[in-house]
Amino acid sequence: MKVAVITFPGSNCDADIYRVLRDQYHAEVDRIWHRDQLEKKYELVILPGGFSYGDYLRSGAMAGFSPVMTSVKEHVNKGGKLFGICNGFQILTEAEFLPGALTRNKTLKYICKTVTLKKGSAGNPVTSSLDPQKELRIPIAHADGCYFATSDVLKQLDDEGRILFRYHGENPNGSLDAIAGITSKDFKITGMMPHPERAMNSVIGEEDGKVVLDLILGA
Amino acid sequence: MYIAKIQVVLKESVLDPQGSTVKKVLSEVGEKSVQDVRVGKYIELKIDAPNEETAKKDVERLCDKILVNHVIETYTANIQKI
Repeated sequence: MKVAVITFPGSNCDADIYRVLRDQYHAEVDRIWHRDQLEKKYELVILPGGFSYGDYLRSGAMAGFSPVMTSVKEHVNKGGKLFGICNGFQILTEAEFLPGALTRNKTLKYICKTVTLKKGSAGNPVTSSLDPQKELRIPIAHADGCYFATSDVLKQLDDEGRILFRYHGENPNGSLDAIAGITSKDFKITGMMPHPERAMNSVIGEEDGKVVLDLILGA
Repeated sequence: MYIAKIQVVLKESVLDPQGSTVKKVLSEVGEKSVQDVRVGKYIELKIDAPNEETAKKDVERLCDKILVNHVIETYTANIQKI
């Protein structure tokens, strides 16, 4: 699989997802600087976690205007898949690839801990092979992870099977409907706040990230 | 040259934990008269425009394009010649 990982000024999880894809999935991965363009065809483009442009103004707001986003839009228009993790999810909502917005955590705290996720809407092809009872332990690390959308949009997301994951048990940031991740209408674009790339090895604690990345890469 | 003073606030329907926290602290220090607090941000732009109408359009465009996220925020702008 050919994958591009974009690096914005302030990205800090780009190397993590790059290494996971290269070493654990044996994917052909290129790292792309935000001032460049995607110069070949990729199946998947990843917007990694971090603090693009220092998260000044709003988290993820400025990255949508980076030069690379022109070719990312072309990639999506040609049917390519796009996946945003944490700050990448914030960028996807700010750039209107996905609906809603990520606002300040209800506790006002930066939260760095492992949380439990469960499959979101029924009928989402990305998570179709996942048992609805399966609990996934995945880390979060964010200050602006409270998912907000109007009630119409929330209903539409659920009706269309677009809620990827929900927080289970504890809702750490106050997200509406306990939403931890969503997909686009055609299920090609996915965004989630938790970091699957940080849960890839039992030696460092958790390995449920493999389940999540298998779903994203396999969809 | 014009100066635009822009105030961005979260919409009423969006949880404002900063406002809630400030309100709680005000109450704890005995300021019982405060009924609600909303915390927003202030952005000041100096704009080179031939007239106020153009400056106003520039501000609207900038707010729509990047300065304000209309999913969660609203804004008011005051524009003055300098």
